[in-house]
Amino acid sequence: MKIAVCIKRVPDTETRIKIADDGKSIVEAGIKFTLNPYDEYAMEEALKLKEAAGEGEVIAIAVGTDSSQETIRTTLAMGADRGILLRMEDAPHDVLATARILATELRDGDYDLILFGKLAIDDYSQAVGTMVGELLGIPSVSAVATLTISDGKGTAEREIEGGVEVVEFALPAVITADKGLNEPRYPALRGIMMAKKKPLEVRDVSWDSVQVELLSLELPPARAAGRIVGEGVAGVGALIEVLKSEAKVL
Amino acid sequence: MGTVLAVLEQRDGTLKKVSYEVLSAARQIAEKTGDVVHAVVLGPPETDVTGLGAYGADNVTLVGDGRLELYQAGLYAGALVESVNAAGSTAILLAATALGKDLAPRIVARLGSALASDVIGLDYDNGIIAVRPVYSGKAIAKVKLSGAAPVVSVRPNAFAPLSDSRAGEVTQVALGEGIVARSETVQVKEPATATLDVAEASVIVSGGRGLKEPENFKLIEDLVAAFGGDAAVGASRAVVDAGWRSHAEQVGQTGKTVSPKLYIAVGISGAIQHIAGMRTAKVIVAINRDKDAPIFKIADYGIVGDLFEVVPKLAEEIAKIKQS
Ligand SMILES: Cc1cc2nc3c(=O)[nH]c(=O)nc-3n(C[C@H](O)[C@H](O)[C@H](O)COP(=O)(O)OP(=O)(O)OC[C@H]3O[C@@H](n4cnc5c(N)ncnc54)[C@H](O)[C@@H]3O)c2cc1C
Ligand SMILES: Nc1ncnc2c1ncn2[C@@H]1O[C@H](COP(=O)(O)O)[C@@H](O)[C@H]1O
Repeated sequence: MKIAVCIKRVPDTETRIKIADDGKSIVEAGIKFTLNPYDEYAMEEALKLKEAAGEGEVIAIAVGTDSSQETIRTTLAMGADRGILLRMEDAPHDVLATARILATELRDGDYDLILFGKLAIDDYSQAVGTMVGELLGIPSVSAVATLTISDGKGTAEREIEGGVEVVEFALPAVITADKGLNEPRYPALRGIMMAKKKPLEVRDVSWDSVQVELLSLELPPARAAGRIVGEGVAGVGALIEVLKSEAKVL
Repeated sequence: MGTVLAVLEQRDGTLKKVSYEVLSAARQIAEKTGDVVHAVVLGPPETDVTGLGAYGADNVTLVGDGRLELYQAGLYAGALVESVNAAGSTAILLAATALGKDLAPRIVARLGSALASDVIGLDYDNGIIAVRPVYSGKAIAKVKLSGAAPVVSVRPNAFAPLSDSRAGEVTQVALGEGIVARSETVQVKEPATATLDVAEASVIVSGGRGLKEPENFKLIEDLVAAFGGDAAVGASRAVVDAGWRSHAEQVGQTGKTVSPKLYIAVGISGAIQHIAGMRTAKVIVAINRDKDAPIFKIADYGIVGDLFEVVPKLAEEIAKIKQS
């Protein structure tokens, strides 16, 4: 099985965001960057499928600046065989532009399966994987929490409001990974040592048309200062009162 | 005059509440551009699409076909792209539900247009301007979409349904020939007891590790029941990871992002990843015995106290109000 996993470098979830002076970007100094959490599930699934098949290759692919090499190395340490960085100076705000770059890279790669995270926790679009599937003209299932692959076919389960959708498809296919798909492994020391020697190819890319322009980035409006309405059971009456008369939600 | 396309969602042949919100968002753009709002529904032929004029639809197309009963990605995307071509759309709006989040990128890739996901505010100034949370809600981006037929998915509960009086005339069409599906949804597994999804509820009561044991979620369920039909149970990741509750109920960065009218956090400390999922709630109430818990920093109202005493009393009082 030849499996591609598309991965993104994102600010760690604990990060407090500061907006830069241009009003359109975040201050990167002091921020810890990590592998996008959903891409960890995608990578783990690829490694598990390869291990189950007993043969194959797992390739990590990122679009980003040189700093994404570190993120690719993380996946090599987890067990990916090699990495590809599609390098660019700064990222487009148009997810379709990113999807097109990835689709161009993936099109003739002869992959059996192409895995993505469900969502990148920075841009929060939940789109790139599904777009790539469409651009390549192959089946795609998004936000998958259970996946079975056998004999060139797959069954995926995805959570929907109040239920679980069961979807069948044929390979090659795109899957985007949700939480719950698996428990991602931590890179072991041996993996980290080996990762240093694995191939990481870097190629420059650029995007053509962009139809999404970022006008501004702001911190969310601060919530008006709240207050403690009471202590223990005695507070319940006061709470009911403010919910009724002040917040008007009862 | 162009068209703002509102893609409405049905389940079992009945329109979902969020569909009226999509119509409201579509109207908001149409008021600025002078366009008409055209609602499109994909579903079985018997889907009830009457009365949508009262929510702002100028006209309605039902693509009626038995094969559209469940969400079939390829058929839905194919049918929609046909509607778009037919209507010359200024914008295409969907709900940011499980269905909408899967469908939106498909039509964007097929049309080569622009996408804004999970939008909480809309404007128009020579192009769609969309406001959307990024970085797990820790920042708000304003983006401008250019080109033909930009696609916007709107977050549930972010736009209030309208009351309007338009024709809402319905045309039923067949699913186009030659639309192919590359995958097939064979089944939707539903839990034995149907519950309202946390992303769609207007009141959410979420429980965290403070409940101590999975059985104690009964307290949360009782409070939800006291609110009646429009409320749902939510959970912190700590209790989902512990296996007490299903992932479907998890609120936060790796769970659902919710914007209910009222969010009650019970025995939840208020970690940054949890807050990411619920900070856009209109009113936040926290019940926690630790007066320094971070949840109180973003709560509008708090009770410092033992949840095992406070929650049953609160359920009792809410039930009284709802029954009167
Ligand atoms: C990548 C990543 C993603 C994450 N995503 C999410 C996410 O989507 N959602 C999420 O929720 N978390 C998420 N987390 C986890 C998050 O960091 C916290 O660990 C989690 O939210 C804590 O859950 P909790 O508030 O239930 O538990 P705790 O932090 O243990 O808080 C329990 C609270 O209950 C109170 N309490 C105890 N007993 C009582 C009592 N008798 N009466 C009243 N109060 C009481 C305590 O004072 C305490 O404040 C994520 C973490 C990471 C690293
Ligand atoms: N710059 C990128 N490079 C590689 N993969 C990406 C990139 N951006 C997004 N992806 C993939 O697409 C998924 C969804 O991202 P998004 O649509 O931006 O939320 C991520 O989890 C990644 O798997």
